This record gives sequence, C-alpha cells and structure tokens, in this order.
Amino acid sequence: MADQSLVGVTDEPFELVVERGKIREFARATMSTNAEYIVEKVPVSPPTFLASSAFWSPPGNSVFSKVKLDLKRVLHGGVEYVFHGPPPAAGAELTAQTRIAEIYEKDGKRGGTMTFVVSVQEFRDCDGNLVAEARNTTIETARPPADGKSRTATEGR
Amino acid sequence: MGVTWDDLEVGTEAASRHFGPLTRTDFVRYQGASGDFNPIHHDEEFARGSGFPTVFSVGMLQAGILASFATDWLGASNVRKFGVQFREQVWPGDELTCSATVVGLDEAVRTVDLELLCTRQTGGTAIKGTATFVVG
Repeated sequence: MADQSLVGVTDEPFELVVERGKIREFARATMSTNAEYIVEKVPVSPPTFLASSAFWSPPGNSVFSKVKLDLKRVLHGGVEYVFHGPPPAAGAELTAQTRIAEIYEKDGKRGGTMTFVVSVQEFRDCDGNLVAEARNTTIETARPPADGKSRTATEGR
Repeated sequence: MGVTWDDLEVGTEAASRHFGPLTRTDFVRYQGASGDFNPIHHDEEFARGSGFPTVFSVGMLQAGILASFATDWLGASNVRKFGVQFREQVWPGDELTCSATVVGLDEAVRTVDLELLCTRQTGGTAIKGTATFVVG
C-alpha cells in the first residue's frame, strides 16, 4: 500500500524553455495539420506538449522515486491539462514543480487492491504566475498488466 | 480558424477524422518528441518479455492525436482545458477515429465544453476526453 504521508511531497522545481523547433516536432508527432504550430513565428504549444518537460527535469527528480510503486503493475490512468490563458508560446521560460496531490485505493474487479496516485505539476512564468497545470493519475494495479491478454487502464473501475 | 460562437450549440459535432494505420515509427517519433523512452513501446524483445504480443502505442500519443484533432477544429491558442482517460491499448496497425461533441456553452465567458472520443477500428474506445475552449 502506498504511504498516505507522501501526499504533499514535491520534487525540486526546475526551469524549462518552450522552444519553437520542439513545438514543430511535437505537433508533427501528434499528427496536427494546424498551420498555427508551423507557420507562426511564435507558436503556442500543443495541449499535451508539457509532457515533454521531462527533458528539463534533473535525473532522479521525479516524485515517483519517493512513492514506492511496483513498476510492473503501473499504468497511466489519465491526464488533464489546465491553461490559465493561451498555452505557453515559444520562448516562454517556465518553472515546473510536481506535488503528490492524492493517494487512494479501490478494490479491483478481479480481486486485489488498486492504488491511485494523483500528481499535479504546476508551470509558472518568471513573475510566479500560474500559467498551466498537468494533473496525472497513475494506477498501480492488483497484478502486472501483462498477466492478461490486453489489459486496459480502466480495469477495476 | 473558421469556427465562431454562432456556429456552436449543445450537440454540435466536429467532422470526425481518421488517423493511421499507426506504425511503430509513429510510436518512436512520439517518444522522441516527448522524451518518454519506455522500451515497451519500441523494443519488441522487451515487450514480449513483459508478456505482451508486441509493442503497443504510448497512451500520450493517442492523447496528443486527440488534442491535435480538437485544436485543429477550434484553434491552438483557444484551448483552456484538455483531459483524457486511457481505456484500451492501441497496437501497430490500429486505425483511430477522433470525434468531438459540444456538451456545454458559457456565454458570459465565451467558453465551449467538448466531449472527445478516440476509437479503434474494432469500435473499442482508446481514449475518452474532455476539453474547454474559448471561442470568439
């Protein structure tokens, strides 16, 4: 069982720069046909672009190194991005920090206990204004995903 | 973008769009773009060794495709919320269909709420999503 005392634990804040070339690469990889990402001199970033903030995080910084989950049983349940204005545009210099927001358990349909860990990553501009948030739900299932044929993230809901 | 406030009401649907068949190259291109290099999405031996028949897509790839579908419709600068729940895994060769329906409008702040869906060629749901956009 995950340790409830980990709620509120944070990683070390780190800086990231939203880059035009990275936006183009990300828009292509996610099959966008929107010229805004390609033609604009200062394009905004795509809705899930901040997933790539992992490139800027120092090694070993993840809060999940502090939450003892069995990685063989871990699934990504979902994610929500919130933007307090247009998404960050090329050139934006942001500071990111993740905290563990919630840990809870549910009984799995096939027995056992599933643990849900909700983390919230905040992105702030140079003035400290909150510009975006990423809320991720990570699930530790009762048994490894490969145990069945084609398990899905929602099993047990 | 061509869509204006007057074009939208509860029940308005975007023209659905097909993506794929997805290839292993699509998975790798996304992994390179995002920085998530979990080998289960590109290393055949690793995936089989983990009990899967082959590699499978990164959930965040289909999330990104669904996000692209939504911002291609209502504008890259206009998105204020985008969320997904992962359902079925997506495999090499899968063909995805994205669709969007308006489920709410807030005239005071000119925002529109969407329900989003990304289905596989089997009819199974890969992702369910929601989004909020401002519309001029």
